[in-house]
Amino acid sequence: MHKEAAIREPLVLGNDVTYSKITNDVLAPIEGKTTKGWKILMTIASIVALWGIGNILYLLGVGIGSWGLNKTVGWAWDITNFVWWVGIGHAGTLISAVLLLFRQKWRMAINRPAEAMTIFAVFMAGLFPMIHMGRIWMAYWVLPLPNQFGSLWVNFNSPLLWDVFAISTYLSVSLVFWYIGLIPDFATIRDRAKKPVPKLMYSLLSFGWTGNAKAWQRFEEVSLVLAGLATPLVFSVHSIVSMDFATSVIPGWHTTIFPPYFVAGAVFSGFAMVQTLMLIVRKVMHLEQYVTIKHIEYMNIIIIVTGSIVGVAYLTELFVSWYSGVEYESYAFINRFSGPYWWSYWAMMTCNVVSPHLFWVKKWRTNLTFTFIMSIVVNIGMWFERFVIIVTSVHRDYVPSSWSMFYPTWVDIGVFIGTLGLFSVFYLLFLRYFPVLAFNEVKTILKSSGEKYKNMSDEDFHKLHPVKK
Amino acid sequence: MSDKTIYAIYDDDYVLLESAKHLVSKGIYIRDVFSPFPIHGLDPVIGLERTRIAIAAFIYGMIGVSLALGGMYYFMIQDWPLNIGGKPNFTFVENLPSFVPITFEFGVLCAAHGMAITYLLRNWTLPGFKGKNPYPRTTDDRFVMEIHVHDNDASEEEIKNWINETHVLEIDVKNS
Repeated sequence: MHKEAAIREPLVLGNDVTYSKITNDVLAPIEGKTTKGWKILMTIASIVALWGIGNILYLLGVGIGSWGLNKTVGWAWDITNFVWWVGIGHAGTLISAVLLLFRQKWRMAINRPAEAMTIFAVFMAGLFPMIHMGRIWMAYWVLPLPNQFGSLWVNFNSPLLWDVFAISTYLSVSLVFWYIGLIPDFATIRDRAKKPVPKLMYSLLSFGWTGNAKAWQRFEEVSLVLAGLATPLVFSVHSIVSMDFATSVIPGWHTTIFPPYFVAGAVFSGFAMVQTLMLIVRKVMHLEQYVTIKHIEYMNIIIIVTGSIVGVAYLTELFVSWYSGVEYESYAFINRFSGPYWWSYWAMMTCNVVSPHLFWVKKWRTNLTFTFIMSIVVNIGMWFERFVIIVTSVHRDYVPSSWSMFYPTWVDIGVFIGTLGLFSVFYLLFLRYFPVLAFNEVKTILKSSGEKYKNMSDEDFHKLHPVKK
Repeated sequence: MSDKTIYAIYDDDYVLLESAKHLVSKGIYIRDVFSPFPIHGLDPVIGLERTRIAIAAFIYGMIGVSLALGGMYYFMIQDWPLNIGGKPNFTFVENLPSFVPITFEFGVLCAAHGMAITYLLRNWTLPGFKGKNPYPRTTDDRFVMEIHVHDNDASEEEIKNWINETHVLEIDVKNS
């Protein structure tokens, strides 16, 4: 038996946990009836999503002039929301890939819901550049396809095209990674299903998985290699997103610090969103035994680390804007913290630089209510970070006569709120019909990290699981 | 020659692993094991060789990298060179730094998807296939060894006796 250190806190709580209890606990919401709470939330989310879709259709009908953009501010909420959603989409694959490579067992209970969040968040992110094109039916022009314009190709030197490749690779690889983990769990639901329709559905979803030794061996190898591929992918995606800004010559954007700064910010906001969702999910779906306070604490520690990196990055770029001696660069920053958008800069500073450090107090970072409030604060802060970077850098350009302000219209707001609704619809469907935890993987850590087994003596263990009759 | 299949059903992965070691020491060939999750340490016991799927992934990745580099060479250097902002992009080498991101992404894309497709095909798991695990509970909390009588020199009774020495839950014999 492989045992881990006694001082490590158990990751599966309860002395009554068995393999079948894990299955029953995780599948209870799928096999049971739809609850009233779910229906209410789904109704609200659907209404918001429909409102958002309506706004998008209106936008496509009349054009992006219905946004608050003007001749100076050409990028505002759309790209802010895009970067915000992509950032949120960074936690899932980070948890399942990076933590797998580091053999962190606490990833097991949260990788599935976090990856679902990733995939849906990247969907939402992908929507923004597409609708920003105005003529969404021409969106396929971003691909290098043979064409009738003298065979004119897309520009492979442009970070915007790198983004097309990065986001689509990230989305599809995350989806594959997630689905390969889901197949054995779908097979469990298939083998337990009593009614014909769910049986057929989960039978189709589980691809005829049998769980024989060779399949599991391949499963582990595929998971490991996919994790190895996804890890640099996670870092590359947000680096490339940051290059959309960093390779331009706009003061406030043209900095080499952007790639690591954006990646840290993405992980920071992603973990905050995982906290927001998991704190509700573990409570409502009664998964407190599997998603423990320790899991929440680990995630809060990552929030401290990435929040600190983000803080250092903010201060570095502020210092360098002065130290560089470039007037335009230093004005961009003076304008950020004391110009007309000062409130957004200070909201960002408070939410992202000050607030994560409250988690140094152990009592606070293990408090669920406090964590929940903080996770929302961080999400707001990270939205403001993108707003500050994008809007305050462009709204006052080199020619003072063209200085202007950006005010969102109801279409701007509607599209953003709509994506929150759309995301919630996807997430609620996931919670209702998909196994929320990777429960078959949780079973593998029961003996090494479960409370029941963790500090059991070898004699007790052999008494419980005798090998010979 | 008997064509019977013996299924030894266990309720714990550790017990199955130890039992498998016991049976293998008696010279029995275990055809397969069905379990709800991977049992670490089982593969060498039942004589499974390591999968070569990672090598396949590397090859797919290299194909992706070559396609990306070849494609960009054709699009940007050969077919329609553009002067964008006066940046030097008329030779492949000068342009290479800005080809790095897409080369990497496309390599990862091909490696990941190629490997996933290979994985599904080699496991023979595709949409619409039926699960062929012998007992439905092997995807929940049962661990089953499959032993074919004709794989072994020992008789059916001998094998069953050896299995019975371990803490087996149930032995089931099916005519295959």
